[in-house]
Amino acid sequence: MFDSLSEKLQATLSEVRGRGTLTEDDINAAMREIRLALLEADVNFKVVKSFTGAIKERALGADIVGKLNPGQQVVKIVSDELTELMGGAARELSFSPRPPTIVLMAGLQGSGKTTATGKLARYLRTEHHASVAVAACDVYRPAAVDQLIKVGQQAGVDVYEQGTDRNPVDIARWAAERARSEGKDVLIVDTSGRLHVDTELMTELADIKKAVKPHDILLVVDAMTGQDAVNVAEQFAEVVDFDGVVMSKLDGDARGGAALSVKAVTGKPILFASTGEKLDQFERFHPDRMAQRILGMGDVMTLIEKAQDSFDEQQAAELERKLRKQEFGLDDFLEQMRQIRKLGPLQSLLGMIPGMGKELRGVKVDEKEFDRLQAIILSMTPQERRHPELIKGSQRLRIAKGSGTNVQAVKQLIKQFEQMRKVMRQVSQGRMPDLGALMRQAR
Amino acid sequence: MARDWRELFIIDGAQAAAPSGSEEPERRVGRFRRLRESLRKTRQALQSEIQATLFEDLNEETWERLEEALIYADVGAQTTAKVVAQLEQEATENKWSGGQELSDRLVELLTEIARTGEDTIDLRPDPTVILVAGVNGTGKTTTLGKLAWHLSKELDLKVVLAAGDTFRAAAVEQLELWAQRAGVDFVKGDLGADSASVAFEAIASARRDGADVVLIDTAGRLHTQDNLMAELAKVRRVIAKQIPEAPHETLLTVDATTGQNGLRQAKAFSETIDVSGLVLTKLDGTAKGGIALAIAHELGIPVKLIGVGEQLEDLRPFDAGDFARALVS
Repeated sequence: MFDSLSEKLQATLSEVRGRGTLTEDDINAAMREIRLALLEADVNFKVVKSFTGAIKERALGADIVGKLNPGQQVVKIVSDELTELMGGAARELSFSPRPPTIVLMAGLQGSGKTTATGKLARYLRTEHHASVAVAACDVYRPAAVDQLIKVGQQAGVDVYEQGTDRNPVDIARWAAERARSEGKDVLIVDTSGRLHVDTELMTELADIKKAVKPHDILLVVDAMTGQDAVNVAEQFAEVVDFDGVVMSKLDGDARGGAALSVKAVTGKPILFASTGEKLDQFERFHPDRMAQRILGMGDVMTLIEKAQDSFDEQQAAELERKLRKQEFGLDDFLEQMRQIRKLGPLQSLLGMIPGMGKELRGVKVDEKEFDRLQAIILSMTPQERRHPELIKGSQRLRIAKGSGTNVQAVKQLIKQFEQMRKVMRQVSQGRMPDLGALMRQAR
Repeated sequence: MARDWRELFIIDGAQAAAPSGSEEPERRVGRFRRLRESLRKTRQALQSEIQATLFEDLNEETWERLEEALIYADVGAQTTAKVVAQLEQEATENKWSGGQELSDRLVELLTEIARTGEDTIDLRPDPTVILVAGVNGTGKTTTLGKLAWHLSKELDLKVVLAAGDTFRAAAVEQLELWAQRAGVDFVKGDLGADSASVAFEAIASARRDGADVVLIDTAGRLHTQDNLMAELAKVRRVIAKQIPEAPHETLLTVDATTGQNGLRQAKAFSETIDVSGLVLTKLDGTAKGGIALAIAHELGIPVKLIGVGEQLEDLRPFDAGDFARALVS
């Protein structure tokens, strides 16, 4: 996500960064690079102009006079402006004091509305413990209602639908009434995709808005959109005055510049980011963290939050006890591995670690390797898992056969585990392990 | 004039014969108008920039503005740089001072870039297998539905439609509705079934029933998802196992609103399944579709079809000249 933009800006700024003093030429050169990088990232060219203009002004102005390291200051300015461009601090939906809170979803065809509807429903159900219903108002695309029914089931929320024969405005009104009478906290209204220049359908969207008086209107924008994103957003803003943006398909290698432009031009913040095909791959959008991520400063906050979500305190205490008593066996190792994998694909976790983004670019994490390790461990007896050091030749052969791997793989796992245990002992005894040696061995 | 279906499809040694009941002139005019209409906004956007530019004296700013106009159309930095540099060079050599010559030459340049590779679709093999792939939400299923309708209703061919998108909820139902509208055979598997097996079954059934064309839908996937791309490669392998030359046509759908990421999409899909042509969809908005020029220029993949709306007749053969002219005149 955003890899290329981050890389380009880093390359440009690393030259400036090391410098003790800056000339105007330095800054001009940096701005040219930033301009090109942003254009290639699909940032609207007008936005690029004002963005580089603002940075240059601040960089040349009083901001960096008398500061010790002007290069660092430029990086900070770019980071600040980028954060500002993406909408400052993270924002939430505005919930109605008198439920149901009604959220209206809108966007172009294929931008990912129905998927985003399901993801938002799941998010509100699990994160806000809200009772949620979704309304199927896409009566035009063949089988769109069926899709929402299925997505709704996966999200564990009620789906209000009346087939495709009724007018979407009527369905929305009926759904709002039903949500009220059934005491739902939130109703999310899915609508059909429509072109911003299709007057008839845009009027219909305005009518739906009038009928259900939503508290939030979200525009779903594909992260891969080009320069046209601004036209689309301006039109939707004019007709329904949406409140925020859901950026979809952010898990690809799109540089996402269009989404930045939407905020810059319409002033509407990006509220959520949709980052995969699974329903739980949906998170609040944090502009400040994303700006740091673009600049390669990592996104530690998201990583920590993810970890907090999926680690159990009790388990952690138990693990600590085992480590101290040196009872840490392969079963515990397996449990750890499962915990980490719960955080999401390793590939995306790596991108959040400061300084890792660049070094690990292009490194593909083979998730299957973990399945293999798991298969090997599960093919051992409980006794073997507790004391892998006692595993002998014939046992290794049995384990290899049982897990569909080979003796070599079993041996390697046991060896690595032994090393890991050694490190853990050192750590628990308060000694710093030789990480370098460990990395070399791991390879 | 716009290219017609007869110029796109090759049937039995010749270009496709006139479709049954040959199109009445008004209908052709109507279609052309729709195409023009859909590209009107595009044209306006570029036109104002170019005219303002060309009516002034040539200077540094002229080329900067032209550059911005092309960037704004999503043509991309590299292709834009090439077009602008060449035009600038020719203008200097020929001592053009602006106006018509530059405008004409610009259209020519854009047309040359857009017209690349083999831009027809050969329907002579029996059956002709056409595989369609693309990123989520680019319009694969809709494109296939319309294509099935054209082949069946206008060219009177026997078509099998295969629901290879076994992942997205209700994708099978969506395609099935299209199959009913087009009155063509429909092959599906269960949700979550292997899409390669659906493709296999569709080709087998087409051979059994003597169908002319097999259209195979696939699930939308991001080009960065290695496992899903590997699955797509498998679909292609399974097809080729049954008919060595197949798929005879591999189409990639690209949303006209797509920015520079479209290049990466085209590159990744091309490396995986050897894309033979693009379908540029959703050209009826304000998007310029300039990414197609970048893809043609940098990867040599031609556009074969364009989508200009939701109606059945809104799937059209691509015409490089029209496209370029519509962009700038």
